Amino acid sequence: MTFRARHLLGIEHLAPEEIRTVLDLADRYVELNRRTVKRTDALAGLTQINMFFENSTRTQASFELAGKRLGADVMNMSVAQSSVKKGETLIDTALTLNAMHPDLLVVRHPQSGAVNLLASKVNCAVLNAGDGKHEHPTQALLDALTIRRAKGRIQRLTVAICGDIAHSRVARSNLLLLGKMENRVRLIGPPTLMPAGVADFGCEVYDDMQAGLEGADVVMMLRLQKERMDGGFIPSEREYYHRYGLDAEKLTHAKPDAIVMHPGPMNRGVEIDGELADDINRSVIQDQVEMGVAVRMACMDLLAQNLRAERGRAALGETYA
Amino acid sequence: MILLQNARLIDPAALTETIGSLLIEGETIAALGDIAAPDGAQIIDCGGKCLAPGIVDLGVKIGEPGERHRESFRSAGRAAAAGGVTTIIARPDTLPAIDSPETLEFVTRRAAEAAPVRIRHMAALTKGREGREMTEIGFLLDAGAVAFTDCDHVVTNTKVLSRALTYARSLGALVIGHPQDPGLSAGAAVTSGKFASLRGLPGVSPLAERMGFDRDMALIEMTGARYHADQITTARTLPALERAKANGRDVTAGVSIHHLTLNEFDVGDYRTFFKLTPPLRSEDDRQAVVAAVASGLIDVISSMHTPADEESKRLPFEEAASGAVALETFLPAAMRLFHAGALSLPQLFRAMALNPARRLGLPQGQLSQGAPADLVLFDPDAPFVLDRFALHSKSKNTPFDGQRMEGRVLATFVGGRQVYAA
Repeated sequence: MTFRARHLLGIEHLAPEEIRTVLDLADRYVELNRRTVKRTDALAGLTQINMFFENSTRTQASFELAGKRLGADVMNMSVAQSSVKKGETLIDTALTLNAMHPDLLVVRHPQSGAVNLLASKVNCAVLNAGDGKHEHPTQALLDALTIRRAKGRIQRLTVAICGDIAHSRVARSNLLLLGKMENRVRLIGPPTLMPAGVADFGCEVYDDMQAGLEGADVVMMLRLQKERMDGGFIPSEREYYHRYGLDAEKLTHAKPDAIVMHPGPMNRGVEIDGELADDINRSVIQDQVEMGVAVRMACMDLLAQNLRAERGRAALGETYA
Repeated sequence: MILLQNARLIDPAALTETIGSLLIEGETIAALGDIAAPDGAQIIDCGGKCLAPGIVDLGVKIGEPGERHRESFRSAGRAAAAGGVTTIIARPDTLPAIDSPETLEFVTRRAAEAAPVRIRHMAALTKGREGREMTEIGFLLDAGAVAFTDCDHVVTNTKVLSRALTYARSLGALVIGHPQDPGLSAGAAVTSGKFASLRGLPGVSPLAERMGFDRDMALIEMTGARYHADQITTARTLPALERAKANGRDVTAGVSIHHLTLNEFDVGDYRTFFKLTPPLRSEDDRQAVVAAVASGLIDVISSMHTPADEESKRLPFEEAASGAVALETFLPAAMRLFHAGALSLPQLFRAMALNPARRLGLPQGQLSQGAPADLVLFDPDAPFVLDRFALHSKSKNTPFDGQRMEGRVLATFVGGRQVYAA
């Protein structure tokens, strides 16, 4: 078992064995979460603060539940409507929080790199819950766990990621994780929603969905933000659904046992057909939500272990100094 | 009289380096070469170190008026003296913009009182740098403006710009443009490509620079104005620049020292001190631009000194201010190009002193008899580790913080008077 990271800021700096460590521990937490009594004391006595500079019901709830099941004292700060509006800078907010001695800081922010900046100013473990268009590491880890449990492995699979790749932190983190675990990744979407230089990432790029889905083991759909639908990036919602919306017909191009994923919340009828999303034989979307809690428990448990070890070393250093 | 003996004389006009002496009489260079010490002269032994014309830095932002907490004439002047910059060509992107003869007279007087080096001023091309009405180009010329520019505010209305260029041409005024397509580059924080995508930052295609330059060249063909592009930073603009020069247009181009010594990957983990306008480019672009300076296609290297306080840099990358201070790191950064074998010392001083002075019609930038005794004595090999808090600038936003550098200024002379000694 290896997990060296001090913070979880992205998949970029995780080694494959660290990813496996998270997934193995998360598997154990899945079992725990299915019992009637779900509580452990892995984080007992520790304080977890959730700071969401961008509104998110699902991710925040998932992190809150994960912390509570591990016995942490959890506090939610909806920074989206607080002092930040009064002109306080991110650094000031971070320093204020730091003075309250949190042990785990869960942060979502609309700007890429903002969580990295914050992590450099506080002395606790920081978890990135999504920063701008950069990374969303726990989403990629929960997707990996979902795939591993459905397919029995997370290697040598063909994974198609479809939709708004350019603006998606979920796509970036998944691309990095799936690449590290030696999978074949295909990106499917209109060229206006493909990031520049994406071919250099070692993946295949398609603008024809049928061709891109050919032989895929996993079909991962992304959410298309409403504000990108009206002429700026794509001509219209209905043209998008016609060309890139996943329905039963398009799915026939993937392998017969291919699974369908979506990070939520879904736009039914825009990127995915409603019936397909509810098809329990193909869709693992509800499993993703379940895995989300377990993966976040595993990440926070591992970070807390490292934090305790680091503080223990510091205390010893003080004693013998 | 001061006799500087045993110096390695860097002559950017002849592109030569020779060991010899230089005699300063009053404010000018009286003699060069193998000279015997005249009676009563103060003798300085240079110990074989380099003596070059002082740097003429085209495009320095100083915070007066409006942002003196970032940089004042005094702090910029001291930084310049310590960096071997003997003439600062100040930008008009101040608050308010330098767009009237009154403001220009005010800053000219302030600069002369406060700074130990020469400071000349550029004026805005349009009022308030808003791209709507041209400034009083004639009055501003009379008040001492050396060039006209809206800096990074590109004049988007081509009718306004064509009239300003036509008017400027009739007065022989030099107009400095910022070649960048404003639509394509709106909101961009880095150059588009793999790195931008990996970091999730909004990028601009390097072709936005070519588009901006092509547009400006069409307007120059139409109006015949004298034009200088402030920064050419991408390989794909170079053929267009070459064509414009071959077609006999009165066009020159510059580049910042940062774009010659750093590339897009230096941004690393969202380091905002590396956020510049235009953004840092790919390594291929960097090398192409260095080669263009060596060949003389790009005429001018400048520091693009842009002071920014800590508050405006300690923000998420997209929101952080753009620009870097460079007056004091200009010469050591340029020595990287020298030590890498990319450019000789005379080639560097051609671009850092001679060409900008010539383009603006100033007598500086030369190591010849009768030229102003604006000089820098430096050791190109002296190693040091840069500590940003040791800089004279009020703002400390340098991308070279903590880096190993080579090249130290030993002494700086302005008009025959020593203004800095290490």
